Amino acid sequence: MASTLAELEEMQRRAQDAIQQNESGEREITYRDALREAITEEMDRDENVFIMGEDIGAYGGSYVVTRGFQEQYGRKRVIDTPIAELGLVGMAVGASMAGLRPIVELMTINFSLLAIDQIVNHAAKIHYMFDGKFTAPVVIRTASGWGQLGATHSQTYEGWFAHIPGLRVVMPATPKDAKGFLKSAIRGNDPVMFIEHSLIYRNRGLVPAGDYTLPLEGAEVRREGTDITIVSWSRGLYLALGAAEELAEQGISAEVIDMRVLRPLDAETVIESVKKTSRCVIVEESWRTMGLGAEIAAAVQEHAFDYLDAPVGRVGSIEVPMPYARNLERLVIPGKDEVVAAVKQALA
Amino acid sequence: MAKTVVMPQMGYDMDAGTLLRWLKNVGDPVERGEAIAEIETDKVNIEIEAFEGGVLRKTLITEGQTVPVGEPIAIIGGEDEEIAEEETAPSEAPAEAAAPEQTEQPVAAAQQAASAPAPEQQVAAPATQAPAAEAAPQVESREPGERIRASPLVRRLAAEHEIDLSQVHGTGPQGRIVKRDVEPYLTGAKPKPQAASAPAPAAAPAAPAAAPQTPAPIAEQVPTIGGELQELPRIRQTIGKRMSQSFQQAPHFYVTMSIAMDKALELRKQVNADVDEASQVSVNDLIVKASALALRDFPVLNSAWNDGKMELHDHIDVGIAIAIEGGLISPFVPNADEKSLGAIARLTKDLAKRAREGGLKPEEYQGGTFTTSNLGMFGVDEFIAIINPPQAAILAIGAAKPQPVWDADKGKFKSQTVMKVTMSADHRLTDGAEVAKYLQKLKAMLEAPMGLLVG
Repeated sequence: MASTLAELEEMQRRAQDAIQQNESGEREITYRDALREAITEEMDRDENVFIMGEDIGAYGGSYVVTRGFQEQYGRKRVIDTPIAELGLVGMAVGASMAGLRPIVELMTINFSLLAIDQIVNHAAKIHYMFDGKFTAPVVIRTASGWGQLGATHSQTYEGWFAHIPGLRVVMPATPKDAKGFLKSAIRGNDPVMFIEHSLIYRNRGLVPAGDYTLPLEGAEVRREGTDITIVSWSRGLYLALGAAEELAEQGISAEVIDMRVLRPLDAETVIESVKKTSRCVIVEESWRTMGLGAEIAAAVQEHAFDYLDAPVGRVGSIEVPMPYARNLERLVIPGKDEVVAAVKQALA
Repeated sequence: MAKTVVMPQMGYDMDAGTLLRWLKNVGDPVERGEAIAEIETDKVNIEIEAFEGGVLRKTLITEGQTVPVGEPIAIIGGEDEEIAEEETAPSEAPAEAAAPEQTEQPVAAAQQAASAPAPEQQVAAPATQAPAAEAAPQVESREPGERIRASPLVRRLAAEHEIDLSQVHGTGPQGRIVKRDVEPYLTGAKPKPQAASAPAPAAAPAAPAAAPQTPAPIAEQVPTIGGELQELPRIRQTIGKRMSQSFQQAPHFYVTMSIAMDKALELRKQVNADVDEASQVSVNDLIVKASALALRDFPVLNSAWNDGKMELHDHIDVGIAIAIEGGLISPFVPNADEKSLGAIARLTKDLAKRAREGGLKPEEYQGGTFTTSNLGMFGVDEFIAIINPPQAAILAIGAAKPQPVWDADKGKFKSQTVMKVTMSADHRLTDGAEVAKYLQKLKAMLEAPMGLLVG
């Protein structure tokens, strides 16, 4: 992992310069610290907020987001649970219906498979089935990602959840979004799948000091360009920004859009951009077949058909279970070069 | 199954045609190969014939209407066949792909789905088809009705800016026309000529370059001072397009030579005393023959500029610029160097007559390897012509006039009939000395004209 991570960090550091820095009074902190701030600020603000999950207490969380929280808030508000995802999500849904504000941590999105009935059939439908008399304001934090974790622990499933009416699905790429979205998710009355990424916890970015929230909607143009629109989210954003930088050296001006919120999906921002650039490439870490990229591509052709000068390109993982071997894993997961190649193809 | 007849493409620079008259009425039986309509292109009137037999079920345009190449103009089908509604209305923009509605007639939908009928649905072709080798696309040559691959953006821009996509060369994947390919049309600039696989010079009028009274305005939007704006006839547009291209792209230079024509005129008198009207030789016929014979020694001046390369021809086809109503046209004498003066005379008379009547076939004026332009009949002393692209040179001929000439042997002036010719040549292909030597040769041949009878 060392070389991989070092490479990634170097790329991300460069890419961060491209992230817009408009606000004043901001500090540069990591994505992980942004999440920690969001949780502690909300727990301090509202005593109904509590967190539960596997290894979040004594161990401090698999990805070290909740380290020290149990000492600070006690075992009543920072609950270590057994390895029983369906049960713990079910408990959280019930607690949220009863007026509490639970934040469930599912160690990785792969483990959400065990809880899928509670997420899809309960959390997402309670507001509808009880006509709003009950809501399920549960926040499910989980991490996408890979890195020699093997075939069953390296999957990318945000598209599955974005498919479900009744859920909000966010996948922030920047520390600022991570904090602002998480605080909104905790305060809001909708169930939220809050999907992080194991490979961007150490990314640094400017975050406003103090209390702020960001609405759980809308894509964001992270880099302006005229020749092509590259669409991605989460870690993919850094690939897209890295590719955009490389392309700029070759005289190709790429606009990069961070989807940020996957449901409700803000296709409008992409469409407006494609109307300007006439070309589009969508970058995701998941398999392309039936994926979220296909939904965005469909929206583009539906609403910007007369503006397209090339078919919409899509970059995704090779459609195999993730190999464990590092060299094979790198072959499966798309990198910056694949994004650059897809852009070149769209510009052919 | 009903077949669509489309406006055929008669020559590479035709982008639209005007229906002069229907030769068949709706309901008339049509045999395969039978002429169904007469159309007018930029240069000629021509009959188009049916590829398929059947009944002329519908005519989609009216006499006098002008439509782009590839636009459906008629439906030929069985006598009692249902003709779908969609087939009866030509689309607004031929290059626009229409999404077929749900229909009980899948055939009709399929025909509408493509921007133009697929080749197998193409049932009309020009009655006279120029040989493929004579198509020299400056831009792009497609079969009439051939599916045009273009991005949605390009199709929209084409509709907005009235761009005929059948003329545009696509540089995208599989030849798809993408935005960069139509950008020149958006700014009003001309696209660069594309290399053709089998190019041959296209005939176009050789127009004398007249010095305009006022320079043409550069701006697209010209403020008028109250004058009436008139659309130019298509022949003028074509001449304008081609001559601008030639004058802007080919670096012209000019060499003038005086030729004593007394002996040539004497020879002409003798020849014409003994032949019938149809074979009467004109001064111009003598020049056509002489210029062709002289070209045998100067192959470069008989060549063409083809996308950065010199295309040498193994035949000498001399074009003659003929003024016709509204413009001019340059039919040519094929293998002029090998034809007798009588054969040249008979052919040029016929070409001139049919040019004025609008009855030339494309293969008679699309081609030529060299052009002559003669304004002698108007008494002009000399003039300069613009090269007929992509040819290397053009010869502008003034009037043969009696002049006082100093006779050094006798120490006095004498009268001599002098004709001034000016050659315009493409400096990318040739230089002044070569053109001068060619004119020396031409002068020698016309001043000792008996060689024209045996050359």
